[in-house]
Amino acid sequence: MTPVAEAPINSLDARRSSDGGTLTLIMTGRWDSDTTGKWWQRGQQILTQGKPRRLVIDASEVSYCDGAGVAFLIDLQQLQIRIGGDATIQGLQEEFRRLLDIYGRISIEPPPGRRREPLSIIEQVGKGAVELWRDLKSLLTFVGELTVMLLRAARHPSFVRWQDAWLAAEQSGVNALPIIALIGVLLGLILAFQSAIPMRRFGADIFVADLLGIAMLREMGPLITAIILAGRSGSAFAAELGTMKVREEIDALRTMGLEPVRFLVLPRVIAAVAMIPVLTVFANLFGLMGGAIVMRSLGYPLVTYVNQVLSAVTVGDLMGGLLKSFVYGIVVAAVGCLRGLETRTGASAVGQSTTSAVVSGIVLIAIVDGLFAVVFYALGL
Amino acid sequence: MLPKENRPIIQVQHFTAAYDGSVVIDDISFEIYRGEVFAILGGSGSGKSTLLKHMIGLYQPAAGHIVIGGKDIVTAEGEERTSILKSIGVTYQMGALFGSMTLLENVRLPLEEYTALPSDAMDLIARMKLKLVGLEPFLDYMPSELSGGMQKRAAIARAMALDPHILFLDEPSAGLDPITSAELDQLILDLARNLAITFVIVTHELSSIYSIADRVIMLDKGVKKIVATGRPQELREHATNPWVRKFLNPGVSAETAGKGAGGER
Repeated sequence: MTPVAEAPINSLDARRSSDGGTLTLIMTGRWDSDTTGKWWQRGQQILTQGKPRRLVIDASEVSYCDGAGVAFLIDLQQLQIRIGGDATIQGLQEEFRRLLDIYGRISIEPPPGRRREPLSIIEQVGKGAVELWRDLKSLLTFVGELTVMLLRAARHPSFVRWQDAWLAAEQSGVNALPIIALIGVLLGLILAFQSAIPMRRFGADIFVADLLGIAMLREMGPLITAIILAGRSGSAFAAELGTMKVREEIDALRTMGLEPVRFLVLPRVIAAVAMIPVLTVFANLFGLMGGAIVMRSLGYPLVTYVNQVLSAVTVGDLMGGLLKSFVYGIVVAAVGCLRGLETRTGASAVGQSTTSAVVSGIVLIAIVDGLFAVVFYALGL
Repeated sequence: MLPKENRPIIQVQHFTAAYDGSVVIDDISFEIYRGEVFAILGGSGSGKSTLLKHMIGLYQPAAGHIVIGGKDIVTAEGEERTSILKSIGVTYQMGALFGSMTLLENVRLPLEEYTALPSDAMDLIARMKLKLVGLEPFLDYMPSELSGGMQKRAAIARAMALDPHILFLDEPSAGLDPITSAELDQLILDLARNLAITFVIVTHELSSIYSIADRVIMLDKGVKKIVATGRPQELREHATNPWVRKFLNPGVSAETAGKGAGGER
């Protein structure tokens, strides 16, 4: 048990009998979890080096002994038995002797336990492939389920729980404005500044406005908004639904005959899909404002910059970007909810779902972006 | 049964607990003696768990002192506080085993953090504690692979890792079947009698109380005070407070029921 007052120092002395067959270990003082540690290896050393036929542990001077002290006695006894001799403990006070009796029934060898063999590379690859296949299947099922729900929602708007959708829209849309504005301005600023340096060498720095306008509207605006949505809201959806899963709230919905996809996923997906084009427009606007700061610092008046941007970009660029953002919104919200619903039990499960939601979200954004690039190229847009 | 010393190991003095200004427990005092199995009873929302959490130093009381082994946990800081915390062990309602560690690692953790024992010594001590609660064969299982009763027992093993003088158990038999609950009660009795550990148990399992508790206090939500103190059997027979009688003799009279109902804090 734990020392409360200052502990008297303990000691361990070894004495050999004249014929050398008996080793006496004399323990004194306090033997608890604080004071036993320093003697543990010393005791083992004395025994393994001396290899006595008979071990006598004289514990008559032990003033205090708790589980750690008893463990030391048991360890010495077991070691002596393994060496092939016998061991006796003398003089241990009655209350500590009782403790020894309680714990003394510990078997010498640890129980066999289940050995967890590490997987070979082939097994790991196989396991990974099976998991990927399962993951794809569940993704496909989920997409199907969600599509059906969205179609039903389109036909019967009252099917959607609009209160939840408004709340999700506020959390993933309105509350995201400050970060979207900040990242948008910085992105525009950096993009304009980085491109202005080489373009200036050719006297083409006015075309920074063209570059920025097209890049923001077609690509960077939707992309950065989607990535922020994945980090902010995709993770939040996964954590919310994951916690509900762990607390068996999702099971409760199911047993009440209510579909979790309708109750939990649909409002969030609708909210994200409705909000992401608006957020993208904001990101575009703030990106262009960042560019304006750079162009002003390069000496161009604001009106020149605005006219240059307007002459460079088309409504098609804006709409193309918004179409992309619409798809990103579905992907990010859906994968966030899916990961939440897939949460297993345990404290780390919600963390894993959240991480997985963000990673899958970003990977899917990149894939969708690539597909759009190919389609836009083929259509000559 | 071990002879009880007359020296209290825990003294709760003029203790008041409040959440956001509203008083939950109002100026109570009691003492717990070495080697006792002491139960804190009360209806839902009477502040039993709140009292326990103050006694183990998780919350600061609004007023009063809680002296454990001669040291006041309310004012103790640094080394002194650590030494009090090392002298007590706590198990929580849900077991609170660390899900990412095996049972052995769970029990080893306090030893690793607080002692300078070599690794094989820590393994041996952790095995001894698990053996004591009958879980040695499961030492490399993860908590999620065990039943609720086993998790509770493993939590006791972890709480005992540093050989505390006092074990605080919050609702040890909540959610357990009667047989498992009875086994847990037997384990608590064995530990109290053989290792002279003082148990402070928050519960409302009457069968547990009658079979293991030496002494109980009962908290009431209405007056926010202790409404009864004593041996559970004696209180059952002789308590004057009607709510106490009703609580300890369920099904006898419906007149006084419901007084202590409400949300658990």
